[in-house]
Amino acid sequence: MPNSVTNTPIGEQDIARLKNIAEDILSEAKKQGAGQVEAAISIGQGLSVNARLGEVETIEHHRDQGVGVTVYNGKKKGSASSTKLDLSSIKEMVTAACAIAHYAEDDPYSGLPEQALLATDFPDLSLHHPWALSAEAAIEMAVTCEDAARGYDEKITNSEGASVQTFEGTRVLANSLGFNHGYLASRHSMSCSVIGEIDGNMQRDYWYTVARKAQGMDSAVSVGEKAAERTVKRLGARSLSTRKCPVMFAADVSGGLIGHFISAIRGGNLYRKSTFLLDSIGRQVFPDFIDIYEQPLLSQAMGSSSYDAEGVATSERHIVEAGVVKGYVLGSYSARKLGMTTTANAGGVHNLTVKPGDLDFVQMLKEMNTGLLVTELIGQGVNTLTGDYSRGAAGFWVENGIIQFAVEEVTIAGNLKDIFQAVVAVGNDVDLRGNTRTGSILISEMTLAGS
Amino acid sequence: MNDLIQQAESVILKPVGLSINDIDRVMGGLMSSSIDQADIYFQSSRSESWVLEDGIVKDGNYNIEQGVGIRAVSGEKTGFAYSEELALPNLLDAARNVKAIARSGQAGIIKPTSRRSVPALYAAIDPLDSMSREDKVALLKRIDQQTRLIDSRIEQVIVSLIGVHDVILVAAENGSLNSDIRPLVRMNVSVIVEDNGRREQGGSGGGARQGYDYFLEDDRAMSYAREAVRLALVNLEAVDAPAGNMTVVLGPGWPGILLHEAIGHGLEGDFNRKGSSAFSGRIGEKVASPLCTVVDDGTLQNRRGSLSIDDEGAQSQCTTLIEKGVLKGYMQDKMNARLMGQAQTGNGRRESYAHLPMPRMTNTYMLAGKSDPGEILASVENGLYAVNFAGGQVDITSGKFVFSASEAYLIKNGKITTPVKGATLIGNGPDVLTKVSMVGNDLEFDSGVGTCGKEGQSVPVGVGQPTLKIDGLTVGGTHA
Repeated sequence: MPNSVTNTPIGEQDIARLKNIAEDILSEAKKQGAGQVEAAISIGQGLSVNARLGEVETIEHHRDQGVGVTVYNGKKKGSASSTKLDLSSIKEMVTAACAIAHYAEDDPYSGLPEQALLATDFPDLSLHHPWALSAEAAIEMAVTCEDAARGYDEKITNSEGASVQTFEGTRVLANSLGFNHGYLASRHSMSCSVIGEIDGNMQRDYWYTVARKAQGMDSAVSVGEKAAERTVKRLGARSLSTRKCPVMFAADVSGGLIGHFISAIRGGNLYRKSTFLLDSIGRQVFPDFIDIYEQPLLSQAMGSSSYDAEGVATSERHIVEAGVVKGYVLGSYSARKLGMTTTANAGGVHNLTVKPGDLDFVQMLKEMNTGLLVTELIGQGVNTLTGDYSRGAAGFWVENGIIQFAVEEVTIAGNLKDIFQAVVAVGNDVDLRGNTRTGSILISEMTLAGS
Repeated sequence: MNDLIQQAESVILKPVGLSINDIDRVMGGLMSSSIDQADIYFQSSRSESWVLEDGIVKDGNYNIEQGVGIRAVSGEKTGFAYSEELALPNLLDAARNVKAIARSGQAGIIKPTSRRSVPALYAAIDPLDSMSREDKVALLKRIDQQTRLIDSRIEQVIVSLIGVHDVILVAAENGSLNSDIRPLVRMNVSVIVEDNGRREQGGSGGGARQGYDYFLEDDRAMSYAREAVRLALVNLEAVDAPAGNMTVVLGPGWPGILLHEAIGHGLEGDFNRKGSSAFSGRIGEKVASPLCTVVDDGTLQNRRGSLSIDDEGAQSQCTTLIEKGVLKGYMQDKMNARLMGQAQTGNGRRESYAHLPMPRMTNTYMLAGKSDPGEILASVENGLYAVNFAGGQVDITSGKFVFSASEAYLIKNGKITTPVKGATLIGNGPDVLTKVSMVGNDLEFDSGVGTCGKEGQSVPVGVGQPTLKIDGLTVGGTHA
């Protein structure tokens, strides 16, 4: 029998240890002649277990560590990273970063963030809830989850298994402006993927749950049943003829559309003029009922943090208000390039939220009346410079607000500029699992290509 | 003979005070339960990247990664642990954890370690040391300056240079000890052009398992730059892509991404053992037109997707996947080969010591046919000619795959005409190749930029194909 493996939980003592290593890195870099310095160290540990067809398939023990340093030699930048935390490796890493900075060229916009913007207040966001999960208990949970899926419907004929994962870790960030902080965080998840078959045609779908706290996850049975339900519904899928029609993005894929918007107002794309939303502040990009905001300080949320990857304090803010762009997504470098101030988005956005509308999922289908409900998107096919959008899609054909049959092997296409303006409604069926929180999104028209 | 193993020992084991005897001890610990298969995978990897933007080399990064992954397999069950700490107690500890995957039973037979070696497909060099830092910076600056001279509409040039020196040492339960030293370099050029308020981009690049001098040979670096500019300028003229099912002609080389997505993933052993692939149980069946022969070949000299040995120590080989339209075989790692009663094919790959191996592609390509490419185009009345792609994805269970064109033209009466905007092409893996009606005599490989993702693990791969005519594929444009 697999034995229990319980790692010593990661705790405040580890943060203290890593802060000391960070100080060592800063002083080593100073000694080697660096001006400004930033160091980041992360450690993590976890367990992931996969069960398939009622038996354990893999047990993986995770234990990770990594360290990175960025040095500025005047306005010249160099960085290095390593998986080794011992003193001689750190020296070697700092030397490598300094050597790169020596050969890099002056970049007037480079450097650490302005000191006044660094976080000084570190509220407890309740992100660390370690789970003393034994391998046996994880296996049992995964088997329960998969059993629920396999027993859901006789059309479920095969399985890719169910997995249970727990992970905890910390990242300490320090810079030569005096910032040195770290916090603990945990992430627990369970997922299930099963295969159904009719008439020799197979379909697969999956479902997952994720939370900072083990008790915050959906039950094993509900995850398994949801995976099976989704798979069974896809059986008998067919293509459609080419047409223009309304398209509704289900809540678990609509975050992607919002992600394309965020990418288009990200600093790197703005200063490279590599976006269709250049100079978009103050412009009406969405209809006036759309509000998009960041909530970085939500308790236990997956995207919460009181500071960004550079240590800049985060705060709640609107990115879109009444359809109008109110702010970009900037780190300190891109902000300087644009003559603006960082928005504390080095490393990304924090709990990006689209204000939910009044309609639930069923009412959203009614609102669409006739069109394509998209539940899966595949491929890249998004050009942030031009806004051109063309992706593979699977989902359901809807008539008079009622799902008629499953659809596959079609593409949906348009230009994001038009797609954003064509949002008809946002549902209140918000998917809270990820860093982007939005309900389903209905678009009045896109081009669907098929058989 | 065992030069590579000695080099790996001196890079990985000696600095931490480990010896081959210690590996035997850890393996002995692993094999004390009823384990069918076990391996200890040491890796030491150094990589660097240099980026030029706005005319200056503004960023560089150097990365050191080192660790060991320990795996034990019993039947279909796998136990796995990894560590960045290479001290013997950590290894023994990890071995104890992973062997718990096996129910207690008769201990496995421990075989004495024997050093293996296979002919290397690339030189055991360190690309990072193959050029001085001054020369790397000078190369990037020269490319930037010469690129900007190509066309006055160029607004932005980004050039990047990446090098990896990867040393692995893998010991397996059968006593084999193998090593590989894998150089890998890559260069990319991307440009943004602007004309009358319209902005477009183009990108190109290449790479190989060689030193940086690869980019200086045959003026390669500048050829990437010229290609990037050409693509961006073509995009300035592009009109909306058509929507619907039509004849598609794929150009040679990189469009072989079709084979990788539509065919390749579905023929990986793990999916077929589990019966989750649309190709499961179909060996011996006709899955393509008789014009199609597709192989996965890890043995091509110096190519990005090539491996002298895979990550389980098996010598890489050329595996026929489809022969004249008939499905011949799957790509296997050790575990799936054993469970399916088939031979290993040298396709056991892993992203790093911290990841489990699984069956992965190397260089996947279709053999040349007999048709002249001009003849293929001339045979199409109305259709799409797609020559560059931005990537793809497949659902191996339903067989549906996509790949996104980044350079394509309308074909009218056998002639290449207007360029069209990027569009995603979608099809069904098990029948797309049955619609291949002409295969060109112009087999080409990609330039060495492919990266494949599977279950969160990325590995470098290659693709290739001759010009192909497909009698019906759905093109996902906006012009219905």
